Amino acid sequence: MSEHEYTPKSKVGKWFNDRLPLLTLANHLTDYPTPKNLNYWWTFGGILTFCLITQIVTGLVLAMHYIAHADMAFESVEHIMRDVNYGWLIRYIHANGASMFFLAVYIHIFRSLFYGSYKSPREIIWIIGIIIYLLMMAAAFLGYVLPWGQMSFWGATVITNLFSAIPLVGEGIVTWLWGGYSVDNPTLTRFFTLHYLIPFLILGLVVLHIWALHVPGNNNPIGIDIKKPSKDTVPFHPYIVIKDGFALLMFMIVFAFFVFYTPNILGHADNYIEANPLVTPAHIVPEWYLLPFYAILRSVPDKLLGVIAMLSAILILAALPWLDTSKIRSAVFRPLYKQFYWILVADVLILGYVGAMPAEGLYLLIARVATAYYFLHFLVVLPVLGFKERTMPVPLSITEPILGGSPNLATVKNKDGLKNQ
Amino acid sequence: MKNLFRISFFVIFILIFNINSNAADKVEYLKTEWSFKGPFGKFDRAALQRGYQVYNEVCSSCHSMKYLSYRNLVQRGGPEFSEAQAKAIAASFEVKDGPNADGEMFMRPGRLSDKFVMPYENEKAAQAANGGAYPPDMTVLVKARGGGVDYIYSLLQGYEDPPAGVTLDDGVYYNKFMYGNKIKMSNQLSDGLVEYSDGTDATVEQMAKDVTTFLMWTAEPHLETRHRMGFKAIVYLIILTVLVYFSMKKIWSRIETKV
Repeated sequence: MSEHEYTPKSKVGKWFNDRLPLLTLANHLTDYPTPKNLNYWWTFGGILTFCLITQIVTGLVLAMHYIAHADMAFESVEHIMRDVNYGWLIRYIHANGASMFFLAVYIHIFRSLFYGSYKSPREIIWIIGIIIYLLMMAAAFLGYVLPWGQMSFWGATVITNLFSAIPLVGEGIVTWLWGGYSVDNPTLTRFFTLHYLIPFLILGLVVLHIWALHVPGNNNPIGIDIKKPSKDTVPFHPYIVIKDGFALLMFMIVFAFFVFYTPNILGHADNYIEANPLVTPAHIVPEWYLLPFYAILRSVPDKLLGVIAMLSAILILAALPWLDTSKIRSAVFRPLYKQFYWILVADVLILGYVGAMPAEGLYLLIARVATAYYFLHFLVVLPVLGFKERTMPVPLSITEPILGGSPNLATVKNKDGLKNQ
Repeated sequence: MKNLFRISFFVIFILIFNINSNAADKVEYLKTEWSFKGPFGKFDRAALQRGYQVYNEVCSSCHSMKYLSYRNLVQRGGPEFSEAQAKAIAASFEVKDGPNADGEMFMRPGRLSDKFVMPYENEKAAQAANGGAYPPDMTVLVKARGGGVDYIYSLLQGYEDPPAGVTLDDGVYYNKFMYGNKIKMSNQLSDGLVEYSDGTDATVEQMAKDVTTFLMWTAEPHLETRHRMGFKAIVYLIILTVLVYFSMKKIWSRIETKV
């Protein structure tokens, strides 16, 4: 932003801007040079911002009516659903909003993986993103506990018990987390407090995420460094604003379909049974967006190692900029990486599927193979691929490829070419 | 645009994949036509009123309905009893109130603002009266069972003699739709058990359907509003999306790149 020279036209504007350069910021945001070849996978950043704000706004209203007490939480949720004006709408938006948030974040992450957006000089953006993702998982888990249904209670029991795997101090930590000797009212009240706090931490990190993005600028589908501003860029407003807006509306149609027509399909039926410490549900399953990690956790026979594997599966992403040794960012020019990428996508989907199934027999075997492959991809495939892969020649700019006659000329000139690769 | 379709396809694939993986136990439930299914689904008013009658005369002796109030019976989108009818229904129940000026609890006839009267004092009393099994509260029961309305509808008609080799303890019954097939509730419905005031023939199937419809309403009292509003919201979004799409085309046509 430092290169920005901007003087407001009005006198008042200038007076204000000299003291607090908000107008300079606004000007930076509207003029921000964005690669003109960004495809629809890039619209999920804006969609995620929308998701976060939706969750915060609906969450605020819910918190006005919700009662964080083990004896009253379930009833207060029913009160919201029945007696609060449009309470059902607000709660269904909030509950399905969490799923939509994760759907968007997974697309956003896998877009980064495909186009190499995590590579230099964007490592900090990526790492902040991973922290946001971790906080999202924490917020989602804490939020799922609040209605105090059977899955809330037993999910909380299972997840907090993971800490007991820590040698020596594990049991003590679990008691400390619970505020007692089992999941109970003290657990619920602290979970509510933290669930309220985390979205604002996420909001702060999102600001840093975008700030860090605006230093090097957006990556783009062909993954090359571009001059800014130049013929390769368009100003953020109106070009990207309208495109993000269009994609957001498409997303909202899907969102609305869930909220209005199948509001409970993504949740578990058991969560409409009030929490009962004396009755354990037949299968304890987390929400769909945590299933791949749940599968990894259960695929390791040892509890402590299972917890370590699960955490590593997420934290390994933070090391990705250094594990991927290839100089080429976009998978468009990496024929081998592109195939491994899709294998990874399939691997994660398989992990999600077996995570929902009982951990026994064939399912357990599949989970183990898929877990092993997940780590293999990051620890072996990516580092080796960077040295071994024969990549395709990369164009020098988006608009004016000077590699006349190269196989990717079409790719560069015409975005449709990208998809035919 | 092509890319957009691909994204939508991808999104839908993930969602369907996930929905399927959630549906764990698959049993073929009995099928019937539900008037409230689908984007324009509405409750059948008469079925809700009959369903209330079945709940009141059969289920309510053991199953509570603790999140429902008598006033809800008048509400739009529900059974829509007249206010006089609902007042009469409420008044037919004795509600414990108090303490009065003397510090005594007392019984009085129910009012519209009262919650449905519970069949038992507390959960322990309910268990004691039912061989140790707690008859679950019915308000959100439909949403608390994997198969939803189809499951409840089937369960009510799923009583059979146990197959050879299955022995049942005293007070345990065989039901082909129950998880594990053993249920502590005996078969409740028999032809002609209630006498419908609208003259409908009270077959087991009819009663099962009516009471399940009623339970769907108690679980989702705002279902009709939700469907109506959803249709408007989605139509609005689609129109707006089309407008924004053409605006986008127009704006991007200033530069040669395709969107």
